[in-house]
Formats: sequence, C-alpha cells, structure tokens
Amino acid sequence: MTTPPAEGTALTTAALALGDDALVLSHRLGEWAGHAPVLEEEVALANIALDLLGQARVLLSMAGDEDELAYLREERAFRNLQLVEQPNGDFAHTIARQLYFSTYQHLLHTELAAGDGPFAPLAAKAVKEIAYHRDHAEQWTLRLGDGTDESHARMQRAVDALWRYTGEMFQPVEGLDADWTGLEAAWLEQTGEVLRRATLTVPESPRTGAWTAGAGRQGLHTEPFGRMLAEMQHLHRSHPGATW
Amino acid sequence: MTHTDWPLWEVFVRSRRGLSHTHAGSLHAPDAELALRNARDLYTRRGEGVSIWVVPSSAITASSPDEKDPFFEPSADKPYRHPTFYEIPEGVQHL
Repeated sequence: MTTPPAEGTALTTAALALGDDALVLSHRLGEWAGHAPVLEEEVALANIALDLLGQARVLLSMAGDEDELAYLREERAFRNLQLVEQPNGDFAHTIARQLYFSTYQHLLHTELAAGDGPFAPLAAKAVKEIAYHRDHAEQWTLRLGDGTDESHARMQRAVDALWRYTGEMFQPVEGLDADWTGLEAAWLEQTGEVLRRATLTVPESPRTGAWTAGAGRQGLHTEPFGRMLAEMQHLHRSHPGATW
Repeated sequence: MTHTDWPLWEVFVRSRRGLSHTHAGSLHAPDAELALRNARDLYTRRGEGVSIWVVPSSAITASSPDEKDPFFEPSADKPYRHPTFYEIPEGVQHL
C-alpha cells in the first residue's frame, strides 16, 4: 500500500512539508471535538483545525492527489514537523504547541507572501487565518501562565516539554526561499515575549542537537504519530473510494 | 465538566456598515477579550459580521414579562401615533 512520496521537484518537497504540518495539526486539533473543556473553546479549536485543513488541501494538491497523499502514505513518507504530531495532552500542551507553531507559521507565511514564489498566493490568504490562531494561543498562554498556581504549573510544564521540538522548524526546506536564521531569531523574540508576559520561564534546554527531536522533515516521527495516522487513515483504507 | 464560574455574555453583531448591531446570542467566557474571540468563532463563521460587541449579561436590565401589560398594552390603541393619516401624493412610490 505504500505510496512513495512524490519524488523530485523542490516544489513538491516544500508543498509536502507545509501541507503535512497543516494536515497533521488539523487532525490533532480535531481530536478535541467532543472533549474540549468548554463548548466555546471546542468551536474555537475546530475553527483553527478547519483553517489548517483548508491550507493542507491546497498544498497537498500542489504535490499530487490530496486524498492519496493524506490517506495512503505510510508514516515514513510524511514530512511534517514532530511538533505538530505531539499528542494534545492537557489543554496547556495544546496551547503551547499552537503558540510555537502558529508563531512560526505566521513568520514564514508573511515572508512567503511577500515573495513571488509559487506559495505566495496561498500564504497571503493563510497569514490572516494564522494571525488569529496565534492570537488565540497567546491569549490562553497569558491567562494560563498568569492564572492560578495550578494553571501556571501546567502551562510551564507544557512549554518546557515541547521546547525540544522547536529547533526543527528552522531547518531549511528545499523549495522554500526564506531567511531561516532571521525567522528563528524573530521566533525566539516573539515567543519569549509572550512567555515572559505570561510570567513563564523561557526554557533554556536544547532545541537542536543529537538528543533532541527534529527529523520529521526527513520522515522520522515520534511514537504517537503512528497511532494518530492509523485513526486518520483507517476509514479510507477500509473502504477505498467511499463517499457520502 | 461545569464552568459555572465563567460569566455569561450577550453578543451583538453588526452585519454591514450602516446597519446597527443586532443581538446574535450569548456565550460563556472568562473575560471580555475572550468573549469577543468566542463570539467571533460562534457567530461570525459565515461572514455575518463587520463588528462585534459583547456585554456582560448581568449588565443588562430587562423588562419583566409580568409588566408586559402596563408596559406595552397602552400603545396598542393609540393609532394617532402612527403616521397613517397623511395623504400620499400621487406618483410617490416606495413609501
């Protein structure tokens, strides 16, 4: 059943990287449906998930057949960051993951939108959606970090736990014309500013290096990703071509 | 899971410039900023709005159903308050 990743062009590589990030995080956020702490928050997370799914559809279509790519690839053929596949955990983990990713995605898409590459039109539209995702995560980070003792402890734990997955975001992606060093500096500044305002400690643990995470772009994923994929793909694999 | 400590907010959405804000519904949120964002997600998903107000439900003073008669009944039999006694000049359409 393995469909090899569409080989070759730098455009496909880049479209898969961006598209898989959006698809996988969208699925993770969708897992909150029916389980979110409050109804209002459930709708907010579902909205973000749908924005990301829309981005994923455009991007994966640039790389091949969107359904085939989403439902029939094996784990090793996915090119998403390990950050986005991390389980939802408690609400603080979901928010920390979103803050890290949306800040990155916002910076990257702003740069792509300003260029004249193949991703500029998509990025120009997506950047408005992402600004809202980032704001949502920031608002919650501030409230949880600067909230009760319990919420502060949980938010700090989440921020610390996911920190090791953030170095990978700034590995250059073939086909994406971006100033990766500049992006990383801006990301550190913006993220650090939010964490400090939320009375949280900016982690000092490593973000890159041998023991840390960071090979999702090469197709190496963490253990929970396999289970997520199994759930995401089983319907299509059990009933190929099913429609309703 | 209960969240009785989150206050209720009333949401008013203006659908187009020039129109007034209209009550859209209510929601729970811990504070005004998040109430605005929740309102955006709940009530403007399909392009309904250009502006949102949120108001704590507790800040609204409402007329009571028990007072319905003294409040509203007397206006029913005062036709002179309606502009129905003017002759409409010929040729005026859309009035």
